[in-house]
Amino acid sequence: MSALLWEVCQQPAQAGSPELQEALLNRIVCLPDYVSNKLEGKNPPVFFPQNYFPLLGGAIIQVLQKISDSLREEILGILLPRLMDLTKSDCIWQRICWRLVECVPDRWMEAVVLGFVQRAPGADVLSRVLGNLVVKNKKAQFVVTQKVLLLQYGHTTAVLQNLLGYLALDSLRRALLIKVLQELLETWSSSSAVKHSPPEQQQYISKAILICLSHLKKTEIESCRQELLTSMMEGVKCHLDSSLPQIRRLGMIVAESISAKINTDGPVLKFQYEEDDEVRELKSLLVQALPFCAVPSLPDENRNDKADAALPLVSESNDKSHTAAPVMPDEELDTELDSDDDLIPYDMSEDKEVKIKAPVYIRDCIEALTGSEDMDKWEATIKALESLVRKNPEATREVSVELAKILLHLEEKTCIEGFVELRQRAQVAVLTTDPIPVAKYLTSQFYSLNYSLRQRMDILDVLVLAAQELSYPKSHGKTKHSGGPKPCIQLLPGSDSSKDWRRIVDERIKSKTRRFATGQSQMELASGANEFNSVAGHFFFPLIQHFDRPLTTFDLLGEDHFVLGRLVHTLAVLMYLAVNTVAVAAMGKALLEFVWALRFHTDLYVRQGLLSCISSLLISVPAERLLEDMTEELLETQSWLGDVVEKDPDGDCRRLALQNLLFMENLKKKLQTAPS
Amino acid sequence: MALPPPDPQFVLRGTSAAVHTLHFSCGGQEPDVPILFSGSENGFIHVWNLKTHRVDTALDGHGRKSVYCVETMGDKTRLLSQGRDQRICLWDLAEGRTAVTDSVFTENVGFCRCSLLTVAQGRWLMAMAAKALEEVQVLELPSKTSVCTLKPEAGAKLGMPMCLKLWQLSSGSQPLLLAGYEDGSVVLWNLSMGKPLSQLACHQEPVMSLDFDSEKTKGISGSSEKVLSIWSLNEQQNLQVYKTHNLVNAGISDITIRPDKKIVATAGWDHRIRIFGWKKLKPLAVLDYHTATVHCVSFSNHKNPRERLLAAGSKDHRISIWSIYTQT
Repeated sequence: MSALLWEVCQQPAQAGSPELQEALLNRIVCLPDYVSNKLEGKNPPVFFPQNYFPLLGGAIIQVLQKISDSLREEILGILLPRLMDLTKSDCIWQRICWRLVECVPDRWMEAVVLGFVQRAPGADVLSRVLGNLVVKNKKAQFVVTQKVLLLQYGHTTAVLQNLLGYLALDSLRRALLIKVLQELLETWSSSSAVKHSPPEQQQYISKAILICLSHLKKTEIESCRQELLTSMMEGVKCHLDSSLPQIRRLGMIVAESISAKINTDGPVLKFQYEEDDEVRELKSLLVQALPFCAVPSLPDENRNDKADAALPLVSESNDKSHTAAPVMPDEELDTELDSDDDLIPYDMSEDKEVKIKAPVYIRDCIEALTGSEDMDKWEATIKALESLVRKNPEATREVSVELAKILLHLEEKTCIEGFVELRQRAQVAVLTTDPIPVAKYLTSQFYSLNYSLRQRMDILDVLVLAAQELSYPKSHGKTKHSGGPKPCIQLLPGSDSSKDWRRIVDERIKSKTRRFATGQSQMELASGANEFNSVAGHFFFPLIQHFDRPLTTFDLLGEDHFVLGRLVHTLAVLMYLAVNTVAVAAMGKALLEFVWALRFHTDLYVRQGLLSCISSLLISVPAERLLEDMTEELLETQSWLGDVVEKDPDGDCRRLALQNLLFMENLKKKLQTAPS
Repeated sequence: MALPPPDPQFVLRGTSAAVHTLHFSCGGQEPDVPILFSGSENGFIHVWNLKTHRVDTALDGHGRKSVYCVETMGDKTRLLSQGRDQRICLWDLAEGRTAVTDSVFTENVGFCRCSLLTVAQGRWLMAMAAKALEEVQVLELPSKTSVCTLKPEAGAKLGMPMCLKLWQLSSGSQPLLLAGYEDGSVVLWNLSMGKPLSQLACHQEPVMSLDFDSEKTKGISGSSEKVLSIWSLNEQQNLQVYKTHNLVNAGISDITIRPDKKIVATAGWDHRIRIFGWKKLKPLAVLDYHTATVHCVSFSNHKNPRERLLAAGSKDHRISIWSIYTQT
């Protein structure tokens, strides 16, 4: 059908063919009636009206798409380079070009302007070709200043640079540039935008802001300094509040740039963040405008003249000295007689490295950590604690809760490398040695007053790491620390969207599906009792109990949504690790209710966590139990997941929800096809 | 078979505070008694009689603030002491007096020991850390006139000067200054021009102490890390690294070369004193007596080589006196 329509459109309109077009049109529209009249009952289903017209509609869309593409390609692709060359040298051609664009009817203005902006190789080309179109034509102005920048976000950085550079090049248009910047900043600093718009859009807006800043002159910045400052302060606050590190980083970079532009000679805002490719790319946008102004060449020669004559010699001599140095000792050896031989050395075998002895008993460790002023001993104790705990499980069990308490409150008294990791590993060791009382203590402290957020998150991390250790089989009597995901400080996917998570889930899916095709192909791992079995409930249920009870310093459902996010991710991991335990079904049910209660939470990180909870639930709880005990909840969850797939602004949430839906489908199919 | 290291010849007790600096004055003829001056953390300078092993006098001139440098000017009747009260005091100890004749207010709150050089009869040059962070000031004593102020160039980022050594190639020639800084470099300064002649990055950590042999133009520096660095000065007055030596334990507080240039002693944070041969830094002995960080070591200037002594002062309030390698 689409081929037919395309052919018709491709034919150039001729005078005589309107009748042909009429006839064709009639035939196409009446085709269903025609065929049913002819075939009378043996009508193939495709010709039923309800099927036929959608088919027709689809074909029309396809053809229109082809038309628009070809138009763009052919017309703009050819037109623009020619215009470029022509307008480069000739004023008159420029005027012609401007008149041409100004006369484009309004309803095609957007397409034309967008096409030009996307295809132009540089802002100056755009300036030559479009002239002051944006000032003269309202529709063009709307497209350029509002639509491309605020309503769409799919364009590349080059497009943004073209557009904003174009605005910056002419004095008439610069007013628009400032207006654009103000509007961008308004969006950037609005907290609802930060919370609800997708990260890609926020990145797009940030890029646009940086490019605008790079084009502004000093006088212009001075004139809107106050507004820049207020927007920056508000915007930084909203961005730093977010749970996603990407958003926080964007906020930091933009704020730093604005601050650098405003306070050229005073102290500027400086944040600490990891430099990676994305950051470098964003920062490079700030200096893009420089090729237009004359860059003063670095006065290397001046510096050399002004510097002392000695110093260049010094640097040279240092180079020379490093090459000379190896030569010298050899010469010395050859020429000089060893007159040191008459000095006979004494016995120096006692000269060994001074080591502070670490305590050997657990109770001594407790004393060293709490009481003593001896910093060397304190350091030695911290370093030795984990191995001591693991080697003396009986002794540890006697004092486990006390030790857990000390470790939770332990602060870094002297500067040790890797203090946080050492403390965490000691905590994990204590927790795995005596899981139930220590878990009880830790989970109760999670919901207690007067702990810092960092301590609460430490509790969650330690619970996860210990759960992971307990649930993995021990090979040769040693715990396999290398197996599975690395048990480093962040086992939880942190605030990066759950990439690790998805990988684990994907692997699990794959392992499940593979089982049907080829049977058991996994190698025989050493098997041992699942130690997590008896304690899974103790880890899980206390954490889930009090989440809706706010304390004076800690309100999970209110401000501390970051901790809530971490809690949700922790529960997801604990659920995942509880596979094959007895309590898994009860855990699953409780988790489903928990997820249901929080399903409309506004924070992105929390929602991702909730979806991970569903994933681990579907993986860990055996399918029969899922369908027996939790059918209604599962159905409700399924409809919620469908909603998320369609309406959630974040791409990762949608993907996770889709994955979960697929999971559920697989489960259903599995239960239907597998022999019961 | 190597002999076990010797024990101290005797141990001086009685300072009741950590000992930060030591200086011998044993060059006098009989009946002059060999003297050891020690400066402690409680602000006292003790004058030890090395025959009786007792304190002859205790000088109190720094307001109970720690004394971290003592030197004699010429003979034992004139003493220079530097304390944490930001003052350098000049003492007259002749005929039993204990008077501070003069003092210099340094306005420096660091720990850098000053360095003294005799340029003529009755005239000395003294280098000390100045008020500004990276500067070293050189004064002429006893007139206390400033000879020059040595300021590293802006952006050099050397940090505080940690240790100083004034020296001259031979009597009457240009005095030069070697300074070790917080960033681990050693700089050779020309005093008449006030400009650095050469700079060498010897250590990663601050240079804690250095000493220089002007005959062989070879020097040694120690730091808070495990490396001893030996460097030399070539004909163009440029410093270059000659050798490095790795220690068992990190941290050196003081280094001194014996006046006959045969051996070097280092005072370590690991409570041990190490002796090396100076020619090739061959490890000779490890003297393990003290129970806390050794802050300073000093060789005596006895005319009779067999009577030469090594003294070490430590945080454990003791001064150990050793007689080692006296036969050469």
